[in-house]
Amino acid sequence: MFKLRRTMMYVPGNNPSMVKDAHIFGADTVMFDLEDSVALNEKDAARLLVYNALKRLDYEGTEIAVRINGLDTPYGREDLEAIVRVRPHIIRLPKAETSKDVRDIEAIIEEIEAKEGIPVGSIQLMAAVESARGVLNAREIAAASKRLVGIAIGAEDFVTDMQTTRSLDGMELLAARSQVLLAARNAGIYALDTVFSDVNNEEGFINEVKHIKQLGFDGKSVINPRQIDVVHRIYTPTPQEIHRSERILKASEEAARKGSGVVSLDGKMVDKPIIERAQRVLSLATAAGTYELEGGEAIAY
Amino acid sequence: MLTNGIGRELPEYIEGIGQLKAYEEPFSIQPESRKFGPRLSRVTPQDKKLLASIEEAIVKCGLKDGMTISFHHHFREGDYIVNMVVDAIARLGIKAITLAPSSLNSIHAPIIEHIKNGTITKIETSGLRGPLADAISNGIMTYPVMIRSHGGRARAIEAGDLKIDVAFLGVPACDSYGNANGHSGKSFCGSLGYAKVDAQYADRVVLITDNIVPYPNVPASISQTDVDFIVKVEAIGDPRGIVSGATRYTKNPRELLIAKYASEVIKESGYLVDGFSMQCGTGGASLAVARSIKETMLEKGIKASFALGGITGQFVELLEEGLVDKLYDTQSFDLTAAKSIGSNPRHVEIDAGFYANPHNKGCAVNLLDIVILSALEIDTDFNVNVITGSDGVLRGASGGHCDTAAGSKLSIIVAPLIRGRIPTILDRVNAVITPGETIDVVVTDRGIAVNPRRKDLIERLSKTKLPIYTIEELKEKAEKITGKPQSVAYDDKIVAIVEYRDGTVIDVIRRVL
Repeated sequence: MFKLRRTMMYVPGNNPSMVKDAHIFGADTVMFDLEDSVALNEKDAARLLVYNALKRLDYEGTEIAVRINGLDTPYGREDLEAIVRVRPHIIRLPKAETSKDVRDIEAIIEEIEAKEGIPVGSIQLMAAVESARGVLNAREIAAASKRLVGIAIGAEDFVTDMQTTRSLDGMELLAARSQVLLAARNAGIYALDTVFSDVNNEEGFINEVKHIKQLGFDGKSVINPRQIDVVHRIYTPTPQEIHRSERILKASEEAARKGSGVVSLDGKMVDKPIIERAQRVLSLATAAGTYELEGGEAIAY
Repeated sequence: MLTNGIGRELPEYIEGIGQLKAYEEPFSIQPESRKFGPRLSRVTPQDKKLLASIEEAIVKCGLKDGMTISFHHHFREGDYIVNMVVDAIARLGIKAITLAPSSLNSIHAPIIEHIKNGTITKIETSGLRGPLADAISNGIMTYPVMIRSHGGRARAIEAGDLKIDVAFLGVPACDSYGNANGHSGKSFCGSLGYAKVDAQYADRVVLITDNIVPYPNVPASISQTDVDFIVKVEAIGDPRGIVSGATRYTKNPRELLIAKYASEVIKESGYLVDGFSMQCGTGGASLAVARSIKETMLEKGIKASFALGGITGQFVELLEEGLVDKLYDTQSFDLTAAKSIGSNPRHVEIDAGFYANPHNKGCAVNLLDIVILSALEIDTDFNVNVITGSDGVLRGASGGHCDTAAGSKLSIIVAPLIRGRIPTILDRVNAVITPGETIDVVVTDRGIAVNPRRKDLIERLSKTKLPIYTIEELKEKAEKITGKPQSVAYDDKIVAIVEYRDGTVIDVIRRVL
């Protein structure tokens, strides 16, 4: 089954109430933030809070990411020293400009992993590009490390860099989003879209999610639990899609059983990408609770 | 010491109160006596009911030391009546009065002074909040306060357990002969459901109004045949405190999550069928449940026969859209509800006895399918506390909680599993208002627990993908984060007695140390 990353919810790392049960709202990934949502005089408090939360609390299987401060700040190194030791699934580095940024972080993580007896390579990475330079280097960044599971675009800094502002139709982001997607697909990793900040504009949010889904993004960063269900709904396949995917997979299993290399359905050849797409459709449907994989684990609402 | 049916220890006798009867089971009491009747009156064609002042009304009613006065709480935090009348009683030097309103709020803090000066020596109410509640929890009263539910109070009045000598009832519109209602005038509050009981059973009834309208004022909630005197004052309340603007849907993600789970429970429970009935509180999660139920009703083409209780604008909307056929309203919670009751014949005012008295010939809660209730604390026996906080201090109201839980087919508690750093589910709640045997499901933001008595519901719900746990598991989930809370320290002095709706004692509340 595919690991779904339809939603990655930002949780300010200095807010104990939110940190203690951020996962209950059902985001595919919860991302504790030590960077932009934390004021300078709270950096150490946030680091300590997230460290202790990951050490003590049970997030009941939800994928946990931590966004650290950049290595060009006084906090990045210290963030890594603390956070690697409590082994989140993912460490996300902000404002990646070059592939070296990824490799630098990786080197430090590796060092700490080795020192602490953590299997080297067990912590995954995600990079966010948030500038013209980062977007142009996205191809190299996305391929910079085996640990990278995804690349995200951070739009707020990017539009500022581009000397424009964000609009509801997202024209100004089209080139950058496409570039990031191409980089992600080239490297075989996830592509995650930026946040939509106006939590009360549900219609605008819905339109943007439909737009980025059509572009090909795997999911979106969200800043409020209220945005989670909206994204998940849009990423939930229709009954027709589910039905067709089931038939494709059945045909593929049949072919495998017969030892036939060629899969066909309704007289047409079904090739590998179509099978992969069908698997993905059923994973999305299962996660949405509209379909149950045979023998698969039940997923909570 | 007595031990009641849910294992709470009670003294057999309390000075100033008398023998206590221990709670057994929700419907174990079979009443034997007859209905209480108020004194007869004589009003001649020459008599005038309009008096110049509250003092004059107090004197004409013959209020004396040791008597009982009553009020309604339809004006909520905007109420001027209780303070105004008790001030007048104090000025007249009358002492040792029992104050028996349908409920008390923060605005009634001035009563503290009247407890100190001996005007008020006993209190019987549904709820207590603010400084007065704090003072009572700290032991300011000689005799414990009697806490009753809305149905329990109506029962006590109709049974003569609570004998009202004079009822002082604020009314938003009234004619000069005592026909009154609550849906017009500057201080309009909608339903006068609690006041109706007092008007029918008190020996003397004084209406206090700021709005005299031409005779006859019909339809009337309170009838001229029950009213002795009328006093006009400048203002009976502060409209801002009486009705809030339209109650709004919550945007709090935690409340929305709880509501999502509760709505799923309702959908899967089997009770959401055409012609069902329901009651929701005014809390954020409750109202969000109502919204979600509405979506399901539209989807499935289901309509409700009636909605009950404290009515909010959300239910008026459902009424107007034809999704609910009738509203039974004892208390209108917001502007929309208060306006609707005077104009929509399908929005029906009912009194507290009709609503929930267990000892009449059939109250409305008996026909309730689904009720959504809140909780301050819940214990692993499903007993619910809505009267004291985690510090043991009075800060809530019994309301219709135990009435609707007992009457309904499906009672659902909605509450966050942790408030701040305090877990909501405990081994033992600080005070019991509603016995666990009448609670079916507890829905929190981190999981759902079904009362083991409801094997049918457990079977239904375990077929769903809802996060179902035992109540003990939910408690452990909370304690894994918060640790085990230290119990509140009390001394022996009893500051309040919690009466169950049938007149037995379900718990006593002691003074906090």
